[in-house]
Amino acid sequence: MRTIPLTAAPVLLELRNLACERDERFLFAGLNARFHAGQVVQILGPNGSGKTSFLRLLAGVSQEFYGDILWQGQNVSDIRWEYANDLLYLGHLPGIKKSLTPLENLRWYAATQGGVGEGQLRASLAQVQLAGYEDTPCYRLSAGQLRRVTLARLAFSRALVWILDEPFTALDKTGAVELEARLYAHAQAGGLVVLTSHQDVNLPGLVLIDLMDFLPHAQEHEERAYD
Amino acid sequence: MNWQWFHRLGSPRWFYEKTDSWLPWLMVSAWGLLLVGGIWGLGFAPEDARQHNSFRILYIHAPVAYISMSCYYIMAISGAVGLIWKMKLPFMVMKACAPIGLGLTIVVLLTGSIWGKPTWGTWWEWDARLTSYLILSFLYLGAIALQQAFQNRDTADKASAILALVGTVNIPIIYKSVDWWYTLHQPATLKIVGKSTIDPSMLYPLFVMIIGFYVFFTLVLILHTRTEILRRESRTQWVKDLVVDNSKSKGEGARS
Amino acid sequence: MTEPASLFRATFKRDLTLAFRHKGDMVNPLVFFLIAITMVPLALGPEKAVLVRIAPGIIWVMALLATLLSLDSLFRSDFDDGSLEQLLIAPYSLPLVVMAKIAVHWLATGLPLTLLAPLLGVMLSLPTSAFSALCYSLLLGTAAMSLIGAVGAALTVGLRKGGVLISLIVMPLYIPILIFGASAVQAAALGEPCNMQLAVLGAGLAIALVLAPLAAAGALRVSVNG
Repeated sequence: MRTIPLTAAPVLLELRNLACERDERFLFAGLNARFHAGQVVQILGPNGSGKTSFLRLLAGVSQEFYGDILWQGQNVSDIRWEYANDLLYLGHLPGIKKSLTPLENLRWYAATQGGVGEGQLRASLAQVQLAGYEDTPCYRLSAGQLRRVTLARLAFSRALVWILDEPFTALDKTGAVELEARLYAHAQAGGLVVLTSHQDVNLPGLVLIDLMDFLPHAQEHEERAYD
Repeated sequence: MNWQWFHRLGSPRWFYEKTDSWLPWLMVSAWGLLLVGGIWGLGFAPEDARQHNSFRILYIHAPVAYISMSCYYIMAISGAVGLIWKMKLPFMVMKACAPIGLGLTIVVLLTGSIWGKPTWGTWWEWDARLTSYLILSFLYLGAIALQQAFQNRDTADKASAILALVGTVNIPIIYKSVDWWYTLHQPATLKIVGKSTIDPSMLYPLFVMIIGFYVFFTLVLILHTRTEILRRESRTQWVKDLVVDNSKSKGEGARS
Repeated sequence: MTEPASLFRATFKRDLTLAFRHKGDMVNPLVFFLIAITMVPLALGPEKAVLVRIAPGIIWVMALLATLLSLDSLFRSDFDDGSLEQLLIAPYSLPLVVMAKIAVHWLATGLPLTLLAPLLGVMLSLPTSAFSALCYSLLLGTAAMSLIGAVGAALTVGLRKGGVLISLIVMPLYIPILIFGASAVQAAALGEPCNMQLAVLGAGLAIALVLAPLAAAGALRVSVNG
């Protein structure tokens, strides 16, 4: 694991002794990390190593973990809604309704954030090269276009931390480069990006965390002693 | 306050080892009470004025009915404890309750039928009690079905706990509705347990049977939970040691 | 932080739009209702005396079954395309969002069933005195059934074939609604007052309104993490 560079930027996310258990087996344990503003963090590990579970923990989809997650110094379990306001999560599945148009889909996401006008949504779609497709039902779009509808959320989001699970899926070369640029810009503006990707991510200062470094040594799951 | 004892209660291993010493006592008292109560009630208690000897099935029917209802509440409470305090043992108890409860409810329905035959002339009658217990058996069946459906054990536990709690809220409502429904449609048929007072000489064996069945239920629940513990903790060292010890002692027994 | 009603409204609008874009899904339970009711005189004979006697109960049972059939789709598409995860982490009260979805579900299934019921009453020779009781009881009852059914749907949404399982776990919970609903219509058919039954149905709906979204929200969290 490459050491996380100490920067003067504020710590946004801190993970203390994070551990995740699934089916009586620990996917990872004793994970300590500090993510600063301005960083892009890539989570590495083979399939099944818990990358998706890790991202879901961070995003608050799953609350089943041991240890603490601190957002700007406060435990996430105490400030659930504030934390949810400050994060954007793009999971494995697109989260897009195929029977609706991109604009209708984005309207719902805008409602989770508040204060996003129609014009901003159209501009977001334009930024992902979907201008002109605002009112096409999503079942008519290709896989790549669908992915770009999801990514349009990044354009109008005010969230500080972006948690992205395989965001480069179905993107062509140009799309991938554009996405990298967008991620970099977000980090430069003081945000934080945590992502996984099977493809190579070409960004300067990329922080790598390998979940295999946090495999528990004991294979069996011993119960905690309460003495 | 020192909550250590409470969390220790959540440790399956502690439960398994503690109940080792309880089992013989429970077995003796359960069988003892049931034998005494059974022989007393089925053999020696006086005949009922109207129903003569057929009412004796009450000595099995009534206690089992109470317990099958309590079993559902125990299942729901265990589920709630497991959900709130995130402990493993309560979920194991909850899972053990479902098939036991189903079995008990079936016994209630069977004994109710047996009771009904000489009284009504038919094997089945849609009276309030039998219908309520039939619905209770559906609730148990649903709980078992839900538990079996999930691959992931944690999800199965939590989903079953939620279902059990929802069922708990509904049980009084269902009971009252069926009661009301029955009075609406069958105003004046012979009720099995009438409002008539029961003679004390009939009550004593009933109490013995109730206590006996509760002890028996506790015994069966503990046994079931122990099996569930072994099943779930099969990968831990203490269970593996247990198996090794057991096979060692059996081996020696066979040799000597 | 979003304003209180915003995500409720947004989800309601979105789901309503989706419902209207899948009109087939709305019509299917109604067709089931119609065909199933038709089976009854085919099975029991067309004598009016028999049909009058059983009409209230039969209409209610078939409405219940039609509602059960429609439950599986309540959360399934959201689960399959990842929208459910997003619902879970939205900075908003999950029970309220669930309530919005249930409301749309009821508008798309329960309400049409209620409106179709008088036609089926005519087919089963239900006395005209019972029609208003039929509609009121179904209005209250289908709403309660949508709410309670949502809990079952939420518990099973993560399973491959949740369909029959939902029916198993939800039907016992429907029994009180069925008893009072059918009794209301029966009483009205006999010319007796049915206010008590309707009041009980209303009370049941009130309890379900409060508790079901909470239970369904909890169940959704469990299912999404399974």
